[in-house]
Amino acid sequence: MTDFTPFSALIGGLIIGFSALALLILNGKIAGISGIFAQVFDKYPIRSSWQVFFILGVIIGPLLVMPIGFSLPQQIDLSWPAIIVGAFLVGFGSRYGSGCTSGHGICGIGRFSIRSIYATLIFMSSAIVTVFFIRHIFGAF
Amino acid sequence: MKSTSKSMINNLIALICGLAFGAGLTVAQMVEPKKVLNFLDIFGQWDASLAFVMGGGLIIYTLGYQLLIKRMIKPILNNSFALPVKNEVDKKLVIGAGIFGIGWGVVGICPGPALANLSTGNEKILVFILVMFVGMSTAKKIN
Repeated sequence: MTDFTPFSALIGGLIIGFSALALLILNGKIAGISGIFAQVFDKYPIRSSWQVFFILGVIIGPLLVMPIGFSLPQQIDLSWPAIIVGAFLVGFGSRYGSGCTSGHGICGIGRFSIRSIYATLIFMSSAIVTVFFIRHIFGAF
Repeated sequence: MKSTSKSMINNLIALICGLAFGAGLTVAQMVEPKKVLNFLDIFGQWDASLAFVMGGGLIIYTLGYQLLIKRMIKPILNNSFALPVKNEVDKKLVIGAGIFGIGWGVVGICPGPALANLSTGNEKILVFILVMFVGMSTAKKIN
């Protein structure tokens, strides 16, 4: 069980929305994490680009809110096979489908992009079905 | 403005936006895979919290884009908007999104939260990011 935390979830969501909006208004860029992360390595030799700075920010950002009581999970209760299979599918799918939760789910839908609306409906559905199978058909965790 | 100082400002903005993004994911608790999996478990112990993350993000982004950005010719600190040009829903989008969702359902970790969790030094997160990168490279290859 996890507690229902609509208030902190909404505040977090608003911060994410402002961050993504600022990146577009100021720099003209879409805050899609999978795309930005992939682009860091697309450029060879790796040079400092805005993508590197954005990703660094995402990594350091959590440390800023720790003094006010927020935290990162100390332990990941997932098996190694789940981590490896899940990570590959997340990486492959987000690149092949041109986006993930942030790029399609926030930026794309916010622009009323038909591609992103479809993508979000599809990945939400396939994720829900996957959890249903794992938890309620196979009875794992 | 000289192009070097301009790109330095763009890099600084990118860093600040990234910091806010990572902080937002943490405040929202999207960094906790259990929380994400319970959000996706609508037929079990459903925790609807994360719907509010998407709701909050979408309110700001949709209003900002539709009311402000649509009227702008170019971004404030750059020469042009880099927006996706593709319009049609193709097979790649459908297959990619479907596969991404399956992976997300297996672990409850998507790319943003994976990176936000990196500072813990947790080896499962490190391996996740490495394998995620392998998955991305594979998708690029068969592109």
